[in-house]
Amino acid sequence: MASLQASRQLRSVIAMALCWVSAGLGLTALALILGALLWNGFTSLAPAVFTQMTPPPGAAGGLLNAIFGSLVMTFFGVLIGAPLGMLAGTYMAEYGRGSKLTMVVRFINDILLSAPSIVIGLFVYEIAVVPMGHFSAFAGSIALALLVVPVVVRTTEDMLNLVPSTLREAASALGLPRSLVIRHVAYKAARAGLITGLLLAVARVSGETAPLLFTALNNQFWSSNFNAPMASLPVVIFQFALSPYKEWQQLAWVGALIITMAVLALSITARIIGAQRTTK
Amino acid sequence: MAEALLSSMAKSDAVDIREKVLRRFEVGDSAFHTITMSCAITVLLLLGGVIFSLVYGASPALRQFGFGFLTSHAWNPVTENFGALAAIYGTLVTSIIALLIAVPIGLGIAVFLTELCPYSLRRPIGIAVELLAGIPSIIYGIWGMFILAPFLQAHVEPAVIATFHNIPGLSQVFAGPPYGIGIATAGLILAIMILPLISSISRDVFNSVPPVLKEAAFGIGCTRWEVVRRIVAPYTGVGLVGGIMLALGRALGETMAVTFVIGNAHKIAPSILGPGTTISATIANEFTEADGALYTSSLIALGLLLFVITFIVLAISRLLLMRVEQQGAR
Amino acid sequence: MSKILLRATVVAAVLGAAASALAIDISGAGATFPYPVYSKWADSYKKETGAGLNYQSIGSGGGIKQIEANTVTFGATDAPLKADELAKNGLVQWPQVMGGIVPVVNLDGVEPGKLVLDGDTLAKIFLGDIKAWNDPAIVKLNPSLKLSDAAIAVVARSDGSGTTFNFTDYLAKVSADWKSKVGVDKAVQWPVGIAAKGNEGVANTVANTKGSIGYVEYAYAKQNKMTYADMVNLEGKTVAPTMETFQAAAANADWANAPGYYQILTNQKGASSWPITAATFILVHKQPVDAAATGEALKFFAWAFANGGKEAEALDYIPMPANVVAMIKKTWAAEIKATDGKIVFEGK
Repeated sequence: MASLQASRQLRSVIAMALCWVSAGLGLTALALILGALLWNGFTSLAPAVFTQMTPPPGAAGGLLNAIFGSLVMTFFGVLIGAPLGMLAGTYMAEYGRGSKLTMVVRFINDILLSAPSIVIGLFVYEIAVVPMGHFSAFAGSIALALLVVPVVVRTTEDMLNLVPSTLREAASALGLPRSLVIRHVAYKAARAGLITGLLLAVARVSGETAPLLFTALNNQFWSSNFNAPMASLPVVIFQFALSPYKEWQQLAWVGALIITMAVLALSITARIIGAQRTTK
Repeated sequence: MAEALLSSMAKSDAVDIREKVLRRFEVGDSAFHTITMSCAITVLLLLGGVIFSLVYGASPALRQFGFGFLTSHAWNPVTENFGALAAIYGTLVTSIIALLIAVPIGLGIAVFLTELCPYSLRRPIGIAVELLAGIPSIIYGIWGMFILAPFLQAHVEPAVIATFHNIPGLSQVFAGPPYGIGIATAGLILAIMILPLISSISRDVFNSVPPVLKEAAFGIGCTRWEVVRRIVAPYTGVGLVGGIMLALGRALGETMAVTFVIGNAHKIAPSILGPGTTISATIANEFTEADGALYTSSLIALGLLLFVITFIVLAISRLLLMRVEQQGAR
Repeated sequence: MSKILLRATVVAAVLGAAASALAIDISGAGATFPYPVYSKWADSYKKETGAGLNYQSIGSGGGIKQIEANTVTFGATDAPLKADELAKNGLVQWPQVMGGIVPVVNLDGVEPGKLVLDGDTLAKIFLGDIKAWNDPAIVKLNPSLKLSDAAIAVVARSDGSGTTFNFTDYLAKVSADWKSKVGVDKAVQWPVGIAAKGNEGVANTVANTKGSIGYVEYAYAKQNKMTYADMVNLEGKTVAPTMETFQAAAANADWANAPGYYQILTNQKGASSWPITAATFILVHKQPVDAAATGEALKFFAWAFANGGKEAEALDYIPMPANVVAMIKKTWAAEIKATDGKIVFEGK
């Protein structure tokens, strides 16, 4: 009896020790990756990165056109994708709660959310690049918009579902029509959550490379022409990291650092806003 | 008399205004309803559009090669003979390696966070693990290429090759030369990428177990491990499988992390230390330079294949996770 | 007085802004082989004229695809198109500069130019028949080198590449085995090894992988201080990759009698010829859709012919001889015309 107890205890101790080890491994991996990123990124960080364009091989330069391109295409991607996603999520939470259409859309949306982004890139190539005859920042923005939509749909629906129905009923009782109830009451109540969703969507598309590879391509000069290829941070990192030129590799690390810091800042901001909401 | 006239006029005005406002409300309401419904339907159309355009782009290749596309491992741009087998093999093997590594560790982290971790550390460590999830995949790629691969090439792979050198069978699986990059490295990077996903879904699922069940088990003298194994795991089994399948779907489609370290060799070799290719790495590397309609179409056919595979995996995971939500609501 | 100065400054600024806005950016895509020298030329050209060159270094296959699809003004390729292909797509082709392809290795204790390889051994390495560095065939060529039994890690190209075209052309000429098993093209099914994207990717991968061997254009080996190998040429002499040996091989070219200037310079005669020499070509449309853009591109290439020689030679590329340049300019005047029949190339 005692030996059975002892062996059971031993097994438990070993299993729990392995769990500690797992946690340690996970944290170690994070430390190694973030550490390498911070080390390699900060040692090459200089004001020139934000003031000069991407250089030819073997010369020093910066990432200005790539940063600009990323900002612009992300902005337009969110501009196109967020309203679409928000309205779709509104339908699912307000008009179609429990309906078959809502269930199907939610199912499809979740699949689109986790689908490989390279497939979205191929899709936009077929519908935007081929008809236009060339790569363009416009096609790149469309690709990013298609990645923003599923995130925004999901968070909008979840956040609107959390708004208590009593609020809506009170507004209706005062005579507000349905659409104004949604716009003036439900949106206001879920505002923090909706903003969180937006920030998460931006964080998600900031690091996406594959869909931009065959839509916006790349451009070593400054370009603000939407009808032409435009540089972006992830694609520039891809090109520079695979090259043998030291200056280019250093710029790749700096670019990676910039993207990661932006994504982390957005995620932390989203978290703070979300926490504020619950404490109110 | 005048007052009665005045008041009746005012009333009809008010009625008019009221009717106008109500009609405006009605129009606004139905417009809003229509707009939001069409946006919801657009999401469906999006999926349909993706599938349709992929099929359209892939049809020249599929017509040319037929079912043989899936079973041929040729990839010859010279003779325009393309087959998906090498890419499918690489995709599956790297994802399986990733699951083999990430599932035990991810579950271990989830158990740690729900059972063992001191309460004050739970949030910070949970956030730290989720930070791993937030890192864009291209960073995993360059980290893998610049830091992990040289480390593996210099220290780990020679040791592994030497260890298995004389064991029949396994010596094929771990054969040299030590490139540093290759299928095993890609699988390792994928494992680190899907680790936070598995651990956060598992942790949410573990947290959904009613405490009374665990307390009852502790009450009759079960050890921690027995509670996890016999109470928590069976209760959450469906959710765990759903989370693992979600991670699998993510691993299958991952592009940037793999492209840097996979070695781009259209081959099926027994050694996991050697180079290979995955569907997404092939497309990313070759699409912008594919000349010839058949080459481009074959790459789109690969994309279609990937989409179908991930769709099936993600659909299964969605169904399983939906069941868990319903279970929790009960 | 200060008012006049102010007005003058404003006018100058506006004119300056207008001038830089007028400077057209020339768009091109293609071979990674000449990318080091094209980007040096582009830098100097921009300093002189303000016009920039936006060149996507994506491989010869991509360059051909993009010019055929009209998404760029010029395409660049080291795998020249034959006359019938040129006619089919309405393209004009000419050689812009020449260079050498060298095998590069990553071996401890071996310095640049100390390792000697011949065509047959190189073919066997890339076929996978020779697997280790101390194979008898390699040792026979390098009796004084200490070679370990390390496995050879072969690095090839994953993209459509003119460098691959010339490299496989050379291997097919020296090895019947290679010709029958693999063949010659911009992209082939490599029997062994890993593949990287572009000359840049191969250079990067060889530099990071111990015991590896790859093939790159010489400027990449030079710029990144890589260990290159000497080769045994057609006449059995061991030659190093230098401008002189590249020029010796290039002297064999017969440009006058080649339709579309199609010339392959591998495995040429001459005691001091480098066996894997290649010319790299530019493609533009005979009747360009955007004649102004093509005109700007031709201006750039004429400038490069006239002024780019020193920068090319600094990277060990060989500029085209003067008589060939004259022939090329005649071709421009004769064949590249706008839709209204006007000759696109202005200047001499």
